[in-house]
Amino acid sequence: MTILVIAEHDHQSLKAATLNTVTAASKIGGDIHVLVAGSNCSAAAQQAAQLQGVSSVKVADAAHYQNQTAENLTALVIAQAGNYSHILAPATTFGKNLLPRVAALLDVAQISEITGVESADTFIRPIYAGNALATVQSADKIKVITVRSTAFDAAMSGGSAAVEAIAAANDTNQTTLTNRELTKSERPELGAAKIIVSGGRGLGSGENYHKLLEPLADKLGAALGASRAAVDAGFVPNDYQVGQTGKIVAPQLYIAVGISGAIQHLAGMKDSKVIVAINKDPDAPIFQVADYGLVADLFETVPTLVAAL
Amino acid sequence: MKILVPVKRVVDYNVKIRVKADGTGVDLANVKMSMNPFDEIAVEEAVRLKEAGIATEVIAVSCGVAACQETLRTAMAIGADRGILVETDVELQPLAVAKLLKALCDKEAPQIVICGKQAIDDDANQTGQMLAALQNWPQATFASKVVIANGKAAVTREIDGGLETLEMSLPAVVSTDLRLNEPRYATLPNIMKAKKKPLETLKPADLGVDVTPRLTTLKVAEPAKRSAGIRVADVAELVNKLKNEAKVI
Ligand SMILES: Cc1cc2nc3c(=O)[nH]c(=O)nc-3n(C[C@H](O)[C@H](O)[C@H](O)COP(=O)(O)OP(=O)(O)OC[C@H]3O[C@@H](n4cnc5c(N)ncnc54)[C@H](O)[C@@H]3O)c2cc1C
Ligand SMILES: Nc1ncnc2c1ncn2[C@@H]1O[C@H](COP(=O)(O)O)[C@@H](O)[C@H]1O
Repeated sequence: MTILVIAEHDHQSLKAATLNTVTAASKIGGDIHVLVAGSNCSAAAQQAAQLQGVSSVKVADAAHYQNQTAENLTALVIAQAGNYSHILAPATTFGKNLLPRVAALLDVAQISEITGVESADTFIRPIYAGNALATVQSADKIKVITVRSTAFDAAMSGGSAAVEAIAAANDTNQTTLTNRELTKSERPELGAAKIIVSGGRGLGSGENYHKLLEPLADKLGAALGASRAAVDAGFVPNDYQVGQTGKIVAPQLYIAVGISGAIQHLAGMKDSKVIVAINKDPDAPIFQVADYGLVADLFETVPTLVAAL
Repeated sequence: MKILVPVKRVVDYNVKIRVKADGTGVDLANVKMSMNPFDEIAVEEAVRLKEAGIATEVIAVSCGVAACQETLRTAMAIGADRGILVETDVELQPLAVAKLLKALCDKEAPQIVICGKQAIDDDANQTGQMLAALQNWPQATFASKVVIANGKAAVTREIDGGLETLEMSLPAVVSTDLRLNEPRYATLPNIMKAKKKPLETLKPADLGVDVTPRLTTLKVAEPAKRSAGIRVADVAELVNKLKNEAKVI
């Protein structure tokens, strides 16, 4: 058995979720290869070579991998797929965009967002916003899988895999990237943060969101998150959204401020180690998952909390 | 230009589902079913493209049990022109749905397929990408803005780090994210009108598609419950607990 992990990276370094995906691969067992497809991506490839458990890094370096389009990456992965029993990628927007395309061309199912490995063909994955966990078995010859990063530890460095250049596939020219606006932030990435301060509609406006939650996040060295309602209302950009259809997080500490705790929001954060909820409604469902609930007005409470830290 | 919109019948998003005691699945008896919310957004987007004079016809497609007719009627009440039901009692997985949709694309020749990014029951997030692969069409997943002009689509996508815009020629597959639009409510006159719109029923065999599931569900279990927490009286107690009990700050 040889497993191919498709690295998510920005050409310079690996995205954190790639490290968790390598750990999921090691639970399946067998050799682990990592594919780094990028443009001037040798730094990312070197980092992959240092991950424990990885025996080989395949690098496809070409200008048409700069934008990481699903169409071009699929052509490359398909050309390699015959050598592998499993193909894994993180269940991020990158992996979710790419792997179903790969699976369809291989005529196999994709197993989405696994949280557990039972054996080489049997996996656990959440369904219905994480309100049920399905154990599924695949009969396909190649298992194509996306991995929920919060369910697996990050692979450690300390390895020294061989790095091998492979041929790029042709440029499909099917899509052109015309613009990319990445949210700039000095704060930790949501997916990798130890502490997350998350705000909901209760904050009332984007101005309040920033005025109240940024000092709190600064004090705690936390990442900032949000409910869908806060994103829809334009308080913060889309990439702040935590939930079933946003980001899945599991920090040491999650502080929910003015968030009611809808099923779809809980799906994204209920595996956090410690949950704090600040909400003025004592019946808000968020209190059912909170370790520490404070029924209070957030406009008074949050500044007091910042002062007390 | 035709637009094809796949719509899935799922448990309503407000329902808190229950896992069956014998671990064979989720209890769907007497549970409210609705159109997958992302598919409502897809229908709305297609209907707006028609209203803008860009599309000429919006075809809604649902694959599954006979009751999916209701989902198709809902799509037609929002403004889809007709519906196609691919009827089967077999459990459909995304690859099978993608193959059924491919067969329908070959038949109907739409220029755009707009589907939801994710069905909120299986949380798979696969079908649109699979269809695009089978057709060798470009794809734009997680769309928050779609502009169609000169035979091309410019689609803004919600990605983990922010937003990006892709341009592609048609035909293409687009999958919707939450911010693409706010679907309208179907009005009573439109619900009445929808009842008279054409609804065709086919079987997977009519389309020559084998829908046998590839994954076998061995067990469905409830996730571990969080143990009940406590209410703290004030900020001082909260800080004290976080420092000395939970030790997370
Ligand atoms: C298909 C679909 C997908 C979805 N995906 C997601 C998702 O990924 N993530 C997500 O979060 N949601 C998602 N949702 C939306 C979800 O159902 C809820 O609508 C949303 O989470 C509500 O956000 P909220 O808690 O901020 O707002 P509300 O539910 O309006 O809650 C606001 C809370 O603030 C409290 N509050 C108000 N003022 C104060 C004050 N002064 N002090 C203290 N507390 C105050 C109120 O008591 C209330 O509990 C999805 C919905 C659908 C249909
Ligand atoms: N049985 C189905 N019938 C019609 N459309 C479907 C069906 N299953 C999935 N889809 C479409 O594919 C999208 C993604 O579903 P999934 O890949 O299952 O998460 C949905 O939002 C629908 O647009």
